[in-house]
Amino acid sequence: MSNALPPLEHYIWLSSILFCIGVAGVLIRRNGIVLLMCVELMLNAVNLLFTAFSTHFQDASGQIFVFFVMVVAAAEVAVGLAILVMIYRNTKSVDISLLDNLKH
Amino acid sequence: MEIYIAIALLSPVIGFALSGLLGRSLPKNIIGILASTSVLISFICSLLLFNYLYQNGAPIKFTFFNWMAVGNISIDFSFLADRLSVWMMMIITGVGFLIHIYSIGYMHNDEGFYKFFAYLNLFIFAMLTLVLGANYVIMFFGWEGVGLCSYLLIGFWYSNKQYGYAARKAFIMNRIGDLGLLLGIFMLFNVFGTTDYQTVFASAASANATTIEIICLLLFVGAIGKSAQIPLFTWLPDAMAGPTPVSALIHAATMVTAGIYLVARSSVFFVNSEMASNLVLMVGLATAVIAGTIGLKQNDIKKVLAYSTVSQLGYMFVALGVGAYSTALFHVTTHAFFKALLFLGSGSVIHAMGGEQDIRKMGGLSKKLTITHFTFLLGTLAIAGVPPLAGFFSKDEILAKAFYGNGIIVFVLLALTSVVTAVYMFRLYFLTFHGEFRGTEEQKHHLHESPSSMTVPLIILAVLSCSGGILGLSSLFSHHHFINDFFVKTLLNKPIEEPSHFFEWLVLGVSVVLLAIIILVTRKFYTSNSNIPVAAEDETGIGKVLSKKYYFDEIYQAFVQKPIEWISEFTYSIIDRKIIDGIVNTTGNGISFCGNYLRKIQSGNIEYYLLAMVIGVVSFLVIYQLV
Repeated sequence: MSNALPPLEHYIWLSSILFCIGVAGVLIRRNGIVLLMCVELMLNAVNLLFTAFSTHFQDASGQIFVFFVMVVAAAEVAVGLAILVMIYRNTKSVDISLLDNLKH
Repeated sequence: MEIYIAIALLSPVIGFALSGLLGRSLPKNIIGILASTSVLISFICSLLLFNYLYQNGAPIKFTFFNWMAVGNISIDFSFLADRLSVWMMMIITGVGFLIHIYSIGYMHNDEGFYKFFAYLNLFIFAMLTLVLGANYVIMFFGWEGVGLCSYLLIGFWYSNKQYGYAARKAFIMNRIGDLGLLLGIFMLFNVFGTTDYQTVFASAASANATTIEIICLLLFVGAIGKSAQIPLFTWLPDAMAGPTPVSALIHAATMVTAGIYLVARSSVFFVNSEMASNLVLMVGLATAVIAGTIGLKQNDIKKVLAYSTVSQLGYMFVALGVGAYSTALFHVTTHAFFKALLFLGSGSVIHAMGGEQDIRKMGGLSKKLTITHFTFLLGTLAIAGVPPLAGFFSKDEILAKAFYGNGIIVFVLLALTSVVTAVYMFRLYFLTFHGEFRGTEEQKHHLHESPSSMTVPLIILAVLSCSGGILGLSSLFSHHHFINDFFVKTLLNKPIEEPSHFFEWLVLGVSVVLLAIIILVTRKFYTSNSNIPVAAEDETGIGKVLSKKYYFDEIYQAFVQKPIEWISEFTYSIIDRKIIDGIVNTTGNGISFCGNYLRKIQSGNIEYYLLAMVIGVVSFLVIYQLV
């Protein structure tokens, strides 16, 4: 059965690439929604890694962690989207580069 | 008896407080009477204390409270009335009272009348503290107090800048001496653990001889400053900027004798210190000679008297130097009488002349100022040493002690100074009171005898100057020497041979002949208008050196004041402006320079923050990997 599965390195590579895409997205994009999606991408990259290691070591606790992460991610998205809605109401835009009030 | 000490001390303080605080709203006469009465009360207390001690009463020590207790050192705020301090008390309060009375007349037109009397009373208090203190610290307290009052009173007419400078000069020169005194007191603490007179003197014999020498030298430095001896004497002539009663009280009769008191009080130390005593002798002798000769060429009536005071103080130090402490006290007493008289007399002259002090513009005043003239003449005769006036006996005794206690050289120099004293005093007298009047017509019209509040003190002082010699008749006239007998247990005089009768007759005869010649010559010379002294600038040769005071001020200017100015200039422009300010300014500028660039980081742009965070996390990981 283990022969049918891809080797562990592939999972690590994939999740690393996904994580970096997420980071790059957060850094480069200005759209708040895209930003939240990129954060989700990073979280899910980690989730993938968790499950991969969980299978590899035959240990269920990794998968249990993934549930927790999902719950937290859902809550985060709920709050994050609520904030975005508020930003949109205030600035008529979801462009976060407009939010430079901290400077003043 | 203790209560008299307290009353004597507190009465001038109360007078000071009342005239100082309420003076603005009280009439002038009331202030004058109030201030004079407070001194009179002190004088009566002094007399009562004197009477008690004269009846062989033991010295009284009165402790108000424990002033400070630090570690092993405990200082009491206590006062000691022994024969020495009570004698000084009588001079201070007695002469002080007369001068207070005189000031009522002299200052009656002055706006600062109440302030003047407040300062005078404060001075009397400080001076009494000085002589009554039962330890060196209390004495130092009084010592600084009189210095302060002297400063305040020299600069009394402070709107004149020169007077203000004179006050500062006096204060600063005194500080130099005070430093020595203070170090001496520290030494005493170090050696004896206390400065209480009775304890210290009782254990003086057990102390190391060299240590005692050093203590004596340090105390003497204090005495040099306060008593205007070489090299710190230049402040006293300038101190004549103050009102004339101040010159009489502080700068002739009392404060300047504080140095004599200090040495006499420490006679237990000085009597065994060969080196310190010799230094006292030499400084006193040099001062007597130098100040006396300067007096020959001064044209300001008060300056002549000031140099005369310095010179006479030198005499007293000579007496201290040979170990004749009670003789010095004798001269302090007679000098207080006749010098106060002379100063008050000069004040009366200045009053009549409308503020003029230059004797070249006076002359012929004897016709208008009869009482002043007569009392001034008596004072002049007394200081010149005409027998049987007070000055003759005290000077004669110093000469005798110097001859038998040290040697012929000191004797000859002192005798010559005596001659010089007589010359400048009669020069002053004849220029002021005889010849023709040389002032303006307005002044001539204004000439008048002073009010009785001024002339009565003059008359009393004149009587004292004439009769003061009774206190210390030489062996020629009496077997009882009042002052020597009085101080026999208080002051440790060095045993000096009694002068022979031949010596006494010789001094008496020679001085009478010399004085007669001096009087005749000066009279002939200075009553004719062609011999009026010229201004200091027009003097030539030795006269110029004398009228320029041997260039003492110029020398101090060049060797002390200028270098200090240079150092100050250097520290100001290089160390302060360049180095210290440089460091501070560079620090400030550097921070604001960096801040100018760093503030650009705080763009408020979320992307940059995120980027920074990512870079931070990545670099953490990289470092973690590498390490």
